[in-house]
Amino acid sequence: MTVSATIAKKLADDEGVVPPKKPAVKGARLAWTRGFIDAVRNPLGAVGAAVLVLVVLSAVLGPVLWPVSYSAQDYTRLMPPSPLNPLGTDELGRDVLSRLIHGAQVSLQVGAVSVSIALVVGLVVGVLAAFYGGMLDLILMRVTDIFFAIPGLVLAILISGLLGPTRTNVMMAIGIVYAPTFARVIRGAALSIINLPYVDAARTLGVSDGRIMLRHVFRNIQGTLIVLCTIYISGAILTEAALSFLGLGTQPPEPSWGSMLKDSMTYMRLSPGLAIFPGVAIMLTILGLNFLGDSLRDTLDPKMRDAH
Amino acid sequence: MGQAIPTLLGMTVLIFLLVRLLPGDVTSAMTGAEGGGTAEQNEALLESLGLKDPLPVQYWNFLTGMLNGDMGNSYLSGLPISQILGNAIPITLEITILATLFAVVVGVPLGVLSAVKRNTAPDVGIRIGGLFGLSIPHFWFGILALLLTSSVFHWVPQVTWIPIWEDFGGNLLQMALPSLAVSLSLLAAIMRMTRTSLLEVLGEDYVRTAKAKGASTSRVITRHALRNALVPVITLIGADIGNLMGGAAVIEVVFGLPGVGNTLVQATFLRDYPIVQSTAVFLALVFVSLNLVVDLLYKTLDPRIEYAS
Repeated sequence: MTVSATIAKKLADDEGVVPPKKPAVKGARLAWTRGFIDAVRNPLGAVGAAVLVLVVLSAVLGPVLWPVSYSAQDYTRLMPPSPLNPLGTDELGRDVLSRLIHGAQVSLQVGAVSVSIALVVGLVVGVLAAFYGGMLDLILMRVTDIFFAIPGLVLAILISGLLGPTRTNVMMAIGIVYAPTFARVIRGAALSIINLPYVDAARTLGVSDGRIMLRHVFRNIQGTLIVLCTIYISGAILTEAALSFLGLGTQPPEPSWGSMLKDSMTYMRLSPGLAIFPGVAIMLTILGLNFLGDSLRDTLDPKMRDAH
Repeated sequence: MGQAIPTLLGMTVLIFLLVRLLPGDVTSAMTGAEGGGTAEQNEALLESLGLKDPLPVQYWNFLTGMLNGDMGNSYLSGLPISQILGNAIPITLEITILATLFAVVVGVPLGVLSAVKRNTAPDVGIRIGGLFGLSIPHFWFGILALLLTSSVFHWVPQVTWIPIWEDFGGNLLQMALPSLAVSLSLLAAIMRMTRTSLLEVLGEDYVRTAKAKGASTSRVITRHALRNALVPVITLIGADIGNLMGGAAVIEVVFGLPGVGNTLVQATFLRDYPIVQSTAVFLALVFVSLNLVVDLLYKTLDPRIEYAS
């Protein structure tokens, strides 16, 4: 065995390129599991995680524990909280608690799906631009510039309003609005990995481009991706609430926190709870995400601390 | 600058295409019936609005119109768009300026206090308050403010807008709550950023030099440290302009103020394309120009920044 072959073999073993060794995978997983654990050890992170678990549980288990229809109407309109309706009833006599629970499902779904759209588009654009550079990079980044020229909520209003206000369109709109930001951040993170010697080493060994992008670049920017997603899920939930508040999001009779606030404006003097509960729900969810996001940023991606 | 013009042109194409290529059309809104009138009526209507022209022709007319200051007329009311925007701009402008001022005037001193009293009760209070400020939706704060003033003080803001040049006090009274609501998240962000960057700057050599030369603490902070610590704060304000404009749009709807954002939202509902595209392009233009101004401000504030080009 020649010296260079030995080095190549050694590099390959270290990188887990041939054969795909399990320890490398475990190591990568362990790193961000540990990041999570460290983040939750921090008091703010713990509070954030607890609040989020509560919101997720109420969205998932809520309909089981409180099996009241969110659209069933009653003659008991605008009732204050009572054992029958723990958070009172709205202007059509519908139970506010079950509407809040359904609103949690809407918010979480919009947050998860729209950020996933942005993540997928951002990954494809960002990693390709960073990896191939040159003309492709230039064109892709000019296109993101064009999107950056329009204020985010204005673009969301345009897309959602003109496509027609449905939940799917809202998720698409928010995904499109965030995709350029994701592409930019991912490009930057990917570039810092691509310039490292071990990527050169992998290239020298004849590893294919796709494999380098997946096994070397993608795996090493996961910390950044998690932080990015936590930050933008809260933005997506706020944007959905704003769009629904404007009447450009979730449509009646289906409730969302934003549309509940919109409806509350007519009746808030008679029944202040209608204007308070959905807002508290939004605030707690965002607070939880912000607390957790802040701690995660410290443990997983210290470089991003100043970027936001 | 060289890159700004292609970006701006691209932005106008994007908005133009978004408005054209999406489903739903103006005939339903104009004739008041789903699907519009008869097929011939719809054809004639589209013809008269210039919507039968090929897309490049429509785009060219739109672009040259914008450049000449003639943005066309509203499909529905027939009013010139320049007039509609002319009435709406002062309102949005005032909200965003007041909100930014408020955020800076309150946020910077609180951030300084937080940094100077690091890890004491005021610092913890300010930091937790900051996280709350970032988590409260603008429009919910606006609703709560309306709820509070109407039920506790029995006061509701006037429904019609009072121009500042007609009644200064009345205008400020009316605009205070909307501006406060819009400023909330920027205020919180400024507080956090001032704290972080001041702490960083306070560790630098030139600050120690100033202290060693016997400058008082307040002088070191205001004259030496804060000046450089504020550079990231300016960046932050620049990055937040988009949020501020979006926030203003929603708050205008909450308080029923006929600003640019409210105009855009109403026109979107009615599919009044000329208003939608002109308003969106206008907002984007303002957005890009303000970002340019912020870029230029850096250099004045921090002489250490030199542009490569």
